[in-house]
Amino acid sequence: MIITQKKPIEEVMAMVGDAKTVAIVGCGSCATACQTGGEPQIAELTAILEQAGKKVVATTVADYCCMNLGVKAKMKPVVAANPDCVICMSCGDGVQCVAKNAGSIPTYPSNDTMYLGEAVRFGVWEEACRFCGQCVLGKTGAICPITQCAKSLVNGPCGGQKNGKCEVNPENDCAWIKIYERLQATNQLEKLMERREDKGYAAVAYPRTISLRGKK
Amino acid sequence: MSNLKDALESGKFGVTAEMAPPKGYDFTEQMETAEVLRGKVHAVNVTDMQSACLKATGLGLCIKLKQAGIDPILQMTGRDRNRMAIMGDILSAAGFGIDTMLALTGDHPVVGDCKDSKPVYDLDSVGILQMLSKMEQTNCDCGGNEIAGGAPKFYKGASVTPLYDPIFLQVNKLRQKVEAGAMYVQTQGIFDLDVLKRFLEMVDKAGIKVHIMAGIIPLKGAGGAKYMNENVPGIAVPQDMIDKLAAAAAEGKEKGIKGLPAKLGMEMAAEMIAKIKDEKLCDGVHVMAIGAEKNVPTILDMAGIAI
Repeated sequence: MIITQKKPIEEVMAMVGDAKTVAIVGCGSCATACQTGGEPQIAELTAILEQAGKKVVATTVADYCCMNLGVKAKMKPVVAANPDCVICMSCGDGVQCVAKNAGSIPTYPSNDTMYLGEAVRFGVWEEACRFCGQCVLGKTGAICPITQCAKSLVNGPCGGQKNGKCEVNPENDCAWIKIYERLQATNQLEKLMERREDKGYAAVAYPRTISLRGKK
Repeated sequence: MSNLKDALESGKFGVTAEMAPPKGYDFTEQMETAEVLRGKVHAVNVTDMQSACLKATGLGLCIKLKQAGIDPILQMTGRDRNRMAIMGDILSAAGFGIDTMLALTGDHPVVGDCKDSKPVYDLDSVGILQMLSKMEQTNCDCGGNEIAGGAPKFYKGASVTPLYDPIFLQVNKLRQKVEAGAMYVQTQGIFDLDVLKRFLEMVDKAGIKVHIMAGIIPLKGAGGAKYMNENVPGIAVPQDMIDKLAAAAAEGKEKGIKGLPAKLGMEMAAEMIAKIKDEKLCDGVHVMAIGAEKNVPTILDMAGIAI
């Protein structure tokens, strides 16, 4: 899931600026789960905007703000309401997809997009994958060193752990100690002895496009 | 040719001292210290923004040392440079006759004094060593392109932390560093010979062949020792050492003599060095005096070390 956090409301209001009429587009998937872009948050933002003298002329929730075709359909009535601006309450991907379907109406984000996360329990998300494009989990006991090591080290730990905790954030466990313990538990410690070829970063030059249709 | 390589590869007891570039652009103090170290150590090991605190780059001080006829070791971390920048600095270093280096991953910017700096870590210590070894073997750069005039050859080193739990991970990473081309390693500061001995046994058992230089940190007082115990990974100053330093401070206060704890710290360091040499535990020592580099010759004299 893409984890988002609400921007400070002052930042959102600064983007809205002098706009008198506003439309709000929420997202029915990740942002709803993160409580940053579901129906309750749309209602909350509507109240704030109206208190500031703005008129909210349209609200909608796309099932997935990151799916162009669905967004296209949802945006027709929004554009028809002709607001001075659109606020999109999704991740950065969703904001861009909504903006593409908003014609000449400026579109602003209400959230900061944080990371790809795992919901470890209700309301708690941990960062788990950084989209490195060359997955190493098969060699690391299904614990990602690119994400869980603050230096993204691929050859084992640095000397910076103290009592098993990371020098960068002592609340975090050292990823490589976790990997060691996991590989020990699965009787696969020999995986740590394997030579690891440097994979470089050429494969992750962005922006990337993957198409199953043979073209963009 | 690398002084340190000459010493270690010919079976001599290698001695290096660590020095940091200035936080500024006046190198006078560093060069004065270097004069004190001249002839007392095989090489001066120049740090690369140690503890992620901004300093002039190590390459600058290494060039000055080289030009003054003192052999430098260029420390190179992966924190601030991608592979192109590391290789470029290595080529520049070679252009000034520098031929000894030490690869480190580097402390994270968050623990340093320029916290907003973006951490790079394109390569870690192992990756830097692999890249340089490949460069030497192929005469090509990190993109596989030919290097004009061929690749420079460096005597390459790395670091290791003997006090680490689980120690398997440190030994395993040391193995990777050696396989990647490290010819010598310097350890984190050693205060307990038993810790060092246990580590050396594990290295031996793992069949790792590399010159090991024991890290020596002369203590300056009980407070500093306690601080290191609490804050520096891989360092554990035994309580009896801390007690002795505290007693020295109390004695100094009573008699009105300044500097007794630092003097004791130098004696402890000298004793450690002498034991390491006499018991043939390591191939050399690396003295990290943390600002008190001018004391290094005295410590070495006290330990009976002459290069």
